[in-house]
Amino acid sequence: MYRYLTGFNSFKVMEKLKNIIHKEETVISISGLYKSFENLEVLKGIDFNLFRGENVAVLGKSGSGKSVLIKIIVGLLKPDKGNVVVLGKQIAHLHGKELDALRLHIGFSFQNSALYDSMTVYQNLAFPLLMNMKNMSKKEVDNAVHEVLDAVGLKDKNKQMPSDLSGGQRKRIGIARTLILKPKIMLYDEPTAGLDPITSAEIIDLINEVQEKYNTSSVIITHDLTCAKNTANRIAMLHKGKFIKIGNFEEVFAADTDNEHLKGFFNYNFIQ
Amino acid sequence: MFKYGSKKYLISKGIDQYFIGVTNAFRFTTLFFKEVFKRPFHLREVINQCFEVGLKSLALISLTGFIVGIVFTKQSRPSLEDFGATSWLPSLIGIAIVKALGPLVTALICAGKVGSGIGAELGSMKVTEQIDAMEVSAINPYKYLVVTRVLATTITIPVLALYCSFVSLYGSYLNVHVTETVSLLSFYQNAFKTISFLDIFTSVAKSIVFGFTIGIVGTYKGFHADQGTRGVGRAANQAVVLAMFLIFIEEVLIVQISNWF
Repeated sequence: MYRYLTGFNSFKVMEKLKNIIHKEETVISISGLYKSFENLEVLKGIDFNLFRGENVAVLGKSGSGKSVLIKIIVGLLKPDKGNVVVLGKQIAHLHGKELDALRLHIGFSFQNSALYDSMTVYQNLAFPLLMNMKNMSKKEVDNAVHEVLDAVGLKDKNKQMPSDLSGGQRKRIGIARTLILKPKIMLYDEPTAGLDPITSAEIIDLINEVQEKYNTSSVIITHDLTCAKNTANRIAMLHKGKFIKIGNFEEVFAADTDNEHLKGFFNYNFIQ
Repeated sequence: MFKYGSKKYLISKGIDQYFIGVTNAFRFTTLFFKEVFKRPFHLREVINQCFEVGLKSLALISLTGFIVGIVFTKQSRPSLEDFGATSWLPSLIGIAIVKALGPLVTALICAGKVGSGIGAELGSMKVTEQIDAMEVSAINPYKYLVVTRVLATTITIPVLALYCSFVSLYGSYLNVHVTETVSLLSFYQNAFKTISFLDIFTSVAKSIVFGFTIGIVGTYKGFHADQGTRGVGRAANQAVVLAMFLIFIEEVLIVQISNWF
């Protein structure tokens, strides 16, 4: 519990990671992004940059458009207006093979893990490899699966079905499945949602370890301040479809902030 | 000025959505013909699905086919006896089963068993974001989930329909055999005496159309499921209802067309 409150392990990793952010290299660049569903305006002019080696946490209430934002980044949703450039490519202009080629560099960890429930853990992890790297031998696939299972600390679970795993284990396998393709960018959708404090702390450590080991840049969608504080170099606060503040934790939640929404969000998480 | 988020309808929300649905279904179907000839072919998954479709329905089709054969023979015999035409019984049963009942019974059973299974499976994958997970892993979910399943139903259902016809004829033979001494071979010879190649061709072609319909309707409904577990149930239910409705329409159309030849 102490580790969860202080983010002790993660803090050490975070200090190390601050040195490897490459501010001159933007991996995701978003400008003037708008998205609506029917009559509901979800994103209303988002401007945002993610630099190489950086973790950015997007904070916001449920329904504020956080998940929509990363789904646009990975090309699952089309924006109404605006530019989304990922690894130098305009995502809205990509189709078919070009989009697939870009997606190989983006890892997406789903809120509910989205593991294929008719496949074992091993098959879940091997599936993206078998579909995308046709010339890999069985031994190479085996090695890759065992490497990522080792990275997420679940070496002995390869024969289990997703339904036999706990919530935290499912999250880990979900992250492992994205890591197997060695992505340059990781997108985490609510990585600690629905987990107990100890498992949340483990996932937070895992996110930092992934960044350290695989040198990824990450966008972490969350409403959990502990997760944001212990994983992110910068925090972007999303409210009513716009970023109301972007900066490090201390800047965003400065004691003298006059923004009621920021104060409320901080107090709610503190009480929780 | 266009305001983001505002939505205007051409006629009304309901009518617009109906036509959007029809257009989406048309696009979904035409995409199959585009994707089916493209690499990768996922042959192993097609074989898996053929096995699933065949194995899932085999027992039920055997039982239903057998009962249809017995019942149809029992019901037809008195009428033929009135005219002193019981010798025509194998031919009558043969025509009825091979031309109409075999494909139709198989298609209806598969619509219920396979169509609902596909609708529920893909619906569940859709609402738990497994289809999105496939897409972000650079795997074409349409190709892997839809094309393979539609191919499997299109290939397997004609085979099952022929099997169902043979089992039905066997049921009919057993019923005839109770009252008359007739060998299985001569019963089958009599049954097929009046059936032409065109009849068998039409029957297989009909089953191919039914198989395609069951596959495409099941996958379409599953792929467009929403609103959580309720949506999954609805997708499975709609897959069965719509597939059966289309099968009856196709049956009428194909019979009409085959009568021209």
